[in-house]
Amino acid sequence: MNREDFPMLQKDIIYLDNGATTFKPKQVIDVITDYYSNYCANAHRGDYDISFKVDQSYENTREKVRKFIGAKQKEEIVFTSGDTESLNLVVRGFFENIIEKDDEILITQSEHASNVLPWFRLSQKYGCKVNYIPLDDNHYVTLENVKKSITPNTKIISLAHITNVIGDIRPIKEICKLAHEHNIFVVVDGAQSVAHRVTDVVDLDVDFLTFSAHKMCGPTGVGVLYGKRELMEEVEPLNMGGGMNESFDSVSEVYLKELPTRLEAGTPNIAGVIGLGAAIDYLEKIGMDNINHYENKLRKYLIDKLITIPHIDIINLESDSGIVAFNVEGIFSQDVAYYLNKYNICVRAGNHCAKILKKEVGVTNTCRISLYFYNTEEEIDSLVDLLRDTDKIMKEML
Amino acid sequence: MDENLRREIIMEHYQNPRNKKTMKDDTYEKVNTNNASCIDNLDLFIKIEDQKIKDITFDGEACAISTSSCSIMITNLIGKTIEEAKIYVENFENMINEIPYNEEILKEALAYNEVYKQNNRKNCALLPYKGIKKILDQFN
Repeated sequence: MNREDFPMLQKDIIYLDNGATTFKPKQVIDVITDYYSNYCANAHRGDYDISFKVDQSYENTREKVRKFIGAKQKEEIVFTSGDTESLNLVVRGFFENIIEKDDEILITQSEHASNVLPWFRLSQKYGCKVNYIPLDDNHYVTLENVKKSITPNTKIISLAHITNVIGDIRPIKEICKLAHEHNIFVVVDGAQSVAHRVTDVVDLDVDFLTFSAHKMCGPTGVGVLYGKRELMEEVEPLNMGGGMNESFDSVSEVYLKELPTRLEAGTPNIAGVIGLGAAIDYLEKIGMDNINHYENKLRKYLIDKLITIPHIDIINLESDSGIVAFNVEGIFSQDVAYYLNKYNICVRAGNHCAKILKKEVGVTNTCRISLYFYNTEEEIDSLVDLLRDTDKIMKEML
Repeated sequence: MDENLRREIIMEHYQNPRNKKTMKDDTYEKVNTNNASCIDNLDLFIKIEDQKIKDITFDGEACAISTSSCSIMITNLIGKTIEEAKIYVENFENMINEIPYNEEILKEALAYNEVYKQNNRKNCALLPYKGIKKILDQFN
């Protein structure tokens, strides 16, 4: 769908690494260029026309994000540099202030590094424990296993909505319900989900949600932290500086602004935020349900073809997102990726930043295909044809 | 070097790497080498006596280029003095980085003489050398 909108797709390239980042449509690129070309001023300094326009565009994006994820108030939306910063802001700005030594945090072994390492550091500093919810035979999180993992000391559950290697969709709504019955906070990493399906934070009842603009047709360097208003009020800024203070005279007289500005010190990534707004407009025009439906169809097409090849081992056969991890028998994943690169096909090889996943699936490295709405069946045909012949791969991978 | 011969050498060392085993022996020094940008990750086990490389083994997970390059490096380095080893390593690096080098002493490692054309593969070929240098640099 919509391939003509993407300058990168006019090149002779088959891009199947959308889990890493997505291409940008010209509608997003143009909006960013427009900012730099026609009203390049700072935000929150609206004393003249072009600056006023910056404020409007910047705050309009906040409103677009609010609607896009179904949040109640714009104060619940804070712009960051990306999903990683959003997660670190929650951990350090909120949980550091309430965590106690005996508290337990539940994650899984299939989380991305950015949803593991901030919790590891919290554990190192405060002595709290990081425990893992066991995964089932398909490497899924089941409500039953969440239930079993909860103890009286569990304070936080932090999970990706969709994981970046297994691609499983977690039952977040049910997990939130269960967690809240036990007064447990739920943090959801939406990096791999927000771009691919409708997200409704109120319906899911998540306490915090984080995601990146660049994985949803937006620019790099921008992310979002959503949090319920009453919780966001308690988040302490990690950065102090311009834009976020009301007034200050001395150490004892520092007054900060209200949410969300209080958490956005310094000149923000204005072009990036405005670009995110354009990306949301773009995705909504296509329709998130249409995107989701198309991706599911494409995944099925890919899987149906891959399973006919005996030397292909699919790690996540059962998963239901556009992520497919596989290995070619007897060939190191990186060599497969190099081989495909010779035909201008981009797939990712490695551990995909999920370094503790190997304990779970017993495989250290995989090739990963991650689809988006602009991929086509023809592209998949080209990929599958190249994977059919191991001798050819062996011959050409060097 | 002829392209078929080059491929043959690399594939032979990839599929049948020499000395690919972990050494649990105190007389061997262990050093890890990995590429930050990719997933190659090798351990080298080196035994040096009287300024001479007595033995090297390696283990780990790496692509065809890194694995074969390590196997060939080991084959070429065992028996060399520290000084000879340093010269060998320098020549290999020069070849990869398109600086004049002595073809003779590189032997089978000449199979990588066209790796410079593939930027993303240079680090693969150099990976085992990055590791061995950590040990050789201890001797001045």
